[in-house]
Amino acid sequence: MNLLIKNGRVIDPSQGIDDTLDVLVENGLVKEVGKGLKAPAGAETIDAAGKYVVPGLVDMHVHLRDPGLEYKEDIVSGTRAAAAGGFTSVACMPNTKPVIDNKAVASYIIAKARAEGVANVFPIGSITYGSHGERLAEMGELKESGCVAVSDDGKPVVNSELMRRALEYARGMGILVISHAEDLSLVGEGVMNEGFTSTELGLKGIPSAGEDIATARDVMLAEYTKSPLHVAHVSTRGAVRIIREAKARGVQVTCETAPHYFSLTDEAVRGYNTNAKMNPPLREADDVAAIKQGLKDGTIDAIATDHAPHHIDEKDVEFNVALNGIVGLETSLPLSLKLVEEKVLTLSQLVEKMAGNPAKILGIDRGTLKAGAVADITVIDPAAEWKVDAEMLASKSKNSPWLGEKMKGGAAYTILGGKVVFKR
Amino acid sequence: MGFKHKDIIALRDLTKEDIELLISTAESMREINSRDIKKVPTLRGKTIINLFYEASTRTRTSFEIAAKRLSADTVNISPSTSSATKGETLADTALNLLAMKPDIIVMRHAVSGSHYFLSQKVPCSIINAGDGAHEHPSQGLLDMLTIKDKFGRLDGLKVAIVGDITHSRVARSDIQGLTKMGSHVFLAGPPTMVPPGAERLGNVTVCPTMREAIQDADVVIMLRIQQERQGKTLMPNAREYSRYFGLNPENLKLAKPDAMVMHPGPINRGVEMSSYVVDGPQSHILKQVENGVAVRMAMLYHVCGGELAE
Repeated sequence: MNLLIKNGRVIDPSQGIDDTLDVLVENGLVKEVGKGLKAPAGAETIDAAGKYVVPGLVDMHVHLRDPGLEYKEDIVSGTRAAAAGGFTSVACMPNTKPVIDNKAVASYIIAKARAEGVANVFPIGSITYGSHGERLAEMGELKESGCVAVSDDGKPVVNSELMRRALEYARGMGILVISHAEDLSLVGEGVMNEGFTSTELGLKGIPSAGEDIATARDVMLAEYTKSPLHVAHVSTRGAVRIIREAKARGVQVTCETAPHYFSLTDEAVRGYNTNAKMNPPLREADDVAAIKQGLKDGTIDAIATDHAPHHIDEKDVEFNVALNGIVGLETSLPLSLKLVEEKVLTLSQLVEKMAGNPAKILGIDRGTLKAGAVADITVIDPAAEWKVDAEMLASKSKNSPWLGEKMKGGAAYTILGGKVVFKR
Repeated sequence: MGFKHKDIIALRDLTKEDIELLISTAESMREINSRDIKKVPTLRGKTIINLFYEASTRTRTSFEIAAKRLSADTVNISPSTSSATKGETLADTALNLLAMKPDIIVMRHAVSGSHYFLSQKVPCSIINAGDGAHEHPSQGLLDMLTIKDKFGRLDGLKVAIVGDITHSRVARSDIQGLTKMGSHVFLAGPPTMVPPGAERLGNVTVCPTMREAIQDADVVIMLRIQQERQGKTLMPNAREYSRYFGLNPENLKLAKPDAMVMHPGPINRGVEMSSYVVDGPQSHILKQVENGVAVRMAMLYHVCGGELAE
């Protein structure tokens, strides 16, 4: 099955390309990127005039809820949501039932994704057994079975000594530790960001200092142990500053943020909107500005969705009772494209943060259109206008704060290994 | 202009005119309460459910008496006797109650904002009898009525509110109501009990000490301190709290000579207020309770459309 994508604006930061070019795909691999390429006999042709042709997007932080919580999402629906959002690769967090803390669960996910999924699925194992925060998980075997990182995402590793040992041990096994940075004692029973909005709504606040402190601890442990660290879902100005300073000192730290942290503030919670409830919580305007600055100056390496599907019964309840998290795979691209419109990022920088960098951080051979690379390609229509409609979302869950809102830009074609898996 | 709201969930949602209307209706309801036969047929045939997810004696009783004086039929449901302990969701409970065709649900709930959630689920009127740390509009209204009784107005007054502002729904409703009516609210409490941005809630000044808040105040509202809640990390103990944030005959002298003292109850005597003040000549605490019935009658009356049956 061969494919020629013609006349698109090809953006591939890994080769310094940003030009109107053709991309030729043969046998599932990128054969050539160049001008005036001819379609071989029998090849399908996509006219990408007016569109962007970029390496397949990589979301390094999603929750696929499979195994165990398939009523929220499963590998099939989750990868369909990924494809619809322009993502060809996702890394899924281990807070499934059972937790991805052993080879069997990791292997199940990889096998099911290969058989039934429409995106590459790279599992992330847990740092600690059962994510209980008590003893290290079998990181060596997790890596061997295909896990690309370890994380207890959803909760922090509370014990500092254990986190230190996790960083050291993971370094030895050649696997990356992803930190969920949260000081639980400061979070307490908080349900939204602490600030004027929480004061007015009478909701218990979560101080930003809780994220800052936990980020600082993990950065310091990474520095002390000379181990790589990736910080998940950065949402505060303090965390951005801590990571920026650490990078300047040469600490091996990378980080991601999510579209909601540069698109919304805690004002979105007004009306006690449970689709604006997530962890970390939506912060304030100064934090949003700092997140954008961090993206711009390179402190923040990647945009990841933290796609967190929840059933309507878990969201259509009183605010305190509602579970944390929102779906994000299908809205990430248009929200991130706004950063280009606002001149926070160049298009090329955006592609780096949504494809090249996450692939690099996780050490996966994706995020490039170099000759010989797997032909995971996203064709983006920057002008596509569409409305976020619960019926239309491919995800099983509909917990989006953007329901009913208009979006601009989205995937026109999502191509996985040379095969079109999504077409708008 | 009549009252346009189906629900009364927060004084923040009401205009100054709405509040004036509710208070003036409450003033006329008081006349009924002074009659020998304290009952009018205004809400005859209406069904009111008092759904109390949190323990309450005074508020629930006050709503019940208010409903009965207007001839409505009332049913009280509280968690210990309801399905809440069996894990039924609020939405399901509400839908089941709705099948009994109530006209008004008066609810108290521990989760802030749960009345807005309920309001989306049921077509009947909702009255908030207290939600988490959000609002307690009937308390705010009865506080205003009590203040108006003394000063004849609600504008241009200096009102001090002292205590745990962060966790107080009474404080939020008082602030919303009083600042809308044109008074200036001064808050004081240990910084552990003053929430961020409190000064932006209206015409509000956050004072570093209790002394500054009550200096020349017309009204001093003291909030309840609970050792169980605030005693863990918000203050060392009741003794020290009382020393710096308790109202006693000495520091009350800082307020205007005719200043009135209020408290939403129940009082911890000797903690936030000394008994000499509670039982003293400036205390209006029992008048608050008395006004509570009239205010709640006005609220029930207006959410039912404000049409007199007589």
